[in-house]
Amino acid sequence: MNGLHDMGGMQCHGSVEPESNEPIFHAAWEERALAMTVAMGFAGKWNIDISRFARESLPPDFYLSKSYYQIWLAGLQSLMLERGMVSEKELETGKCEAPGLDVKRVVSAGEMPAALAAGAPVEREAIVEPGFAIGEDVRTLNINPKGHTRLPRYARGKSGRIAAIQGYHVFPDSNAHGEGENPQWLYCVCFEAQELFGQAAEQGNKIMVDCWGAYLEHA
Amino acid sequence: MSDSKQHSKHHENGDHDHDHSHAHTDHSHWSDMHLKVKTLESLLVEKGYIDPAALDVIVETYETKVGPRNGAAVVARAWNDDAYLRRLRENATEAIAELGFSGRQGEHMKIVENTADTHNMVVCTLCSCYPWSVLGLPPVWYKSAPYRSRAVMEPRVVLSEFGLELPEEVRITVWDSTAEMRYLVIPQRPDGTQGWSEEALAEIVTRDSMIGTGLPLVRMESKA
Repeated sequence: MNGLHDMGGMQCHGSVEPESNEPIFHAAWEERALAMTVAMGFAGKWNIDISRFARESLPPDFYLSKSYYQIWLAGLQSLMLERGMVSEKELETGKCEAPGLDVKRVVSAGEMPAALAAGAPVEREAIVEPGFAIGEDVRTLNINPKGHTRLPRYARGKSGRIAAIQGYHVFPDSNAHGEGENPQWLYCVCFEAQELFGQAAEQGNKIMVDCWGAYLEHA
Repeated sequence: MSDSKQHSKHHENGDHDHDHSHAHTDHSHWSDMHLKVKTLESLLVEKGYIDPAALDVIVETYETKVGPRNGAAVVARAWNDDAYLRRLRENATEAIAELGFSGRQGEHMKIVENTADTHNMVVCTLCSCYPWSVLGLPPVWYKSAPYRSRAVMEPRVVLSEFGLELPEEVRITVWDSTAEMRYLVIPQRPDGTQGWSEEALAEIVTRDSMIGTGLPLVRMESKA
């Protein structure tokens, strides 16, 4: 989806303002928002690609004006509502009106360190050979799917070169929509900055973008 | 400490002065978020979806255990141990796990090494992908629209906003974290640090130097 989340190359957002001695959290509620989002992931009702798409699908004015943890919370609420895990009324009042749905896993405090340390690798066993070779010239497809994709707009329909083969990875474009992991080869593609941004970019700079095979064609 | 604990303590104290001293600051500004999040948490607990004590563990993990000190230890080891650097190049995920750092948002790691003519910097233009296992949670600026939008097109200008002015001849390679690969920048080892211990080296490796928006800090007095 060509949404506001796809920010690469925009020029309207002003300068970067690093905060010196920035705290890890700016308010206690941010801690709980992060922790709830992480913990709810273990329920097994969605995957990381579904949760990214939920955030991208928030109203654009909300996405731009809210803090990142507010966006996470809104994404979490929308995922739970869609699945009937909570109701609008329950979210509003905080009063539980129906028992919870069955979930895959509720991680206890004792289990959490190991669960966090295990992570959720997305590399799968390859069943085909890579379709592109390191050093090969490629072109990205000019796709504009209505669903989730991880090919940024600034890198569509552009020429680059395969810099590395990263592995055989779950494909977000299908995984975000319950259409299966559809794993495929992931390539690191090197683009010349001026191929992507013309004279606005500095000659000799490079931009590296990880692209699944489905985003690429032979040049 | 959980949000609910902080709130109950606050009420027990009945501390009105406390309220006044924080008036018109973030505290009052965010009070509706506190309430909203507290309400949501109690609902999810009642539904049986989460264990509140497990949330405390998540917060504690990212406040005290998983942060940029992890990445700094990796960089310091890489600077001091060529065999380790080779293992990082070969399989960064495994080499980083040797030091005990693994897991969430660090499942597929790559290192990118700065050289005399190439400076690396990392961004996620699409969301906020960041190597949690070595750097912890991302700072606000990393997740902000200005950084995400401009890092790919005008990285040199963005770096200048961090106070980092690279020599004109140095080219910049920007890594957009569009997949689950997570990038850790290995800055160049500063001159004058020969013979330093890994612990001393790790001290000068800043978070920003491992994102590529800064350089290691070498204070004049420690240069000698």
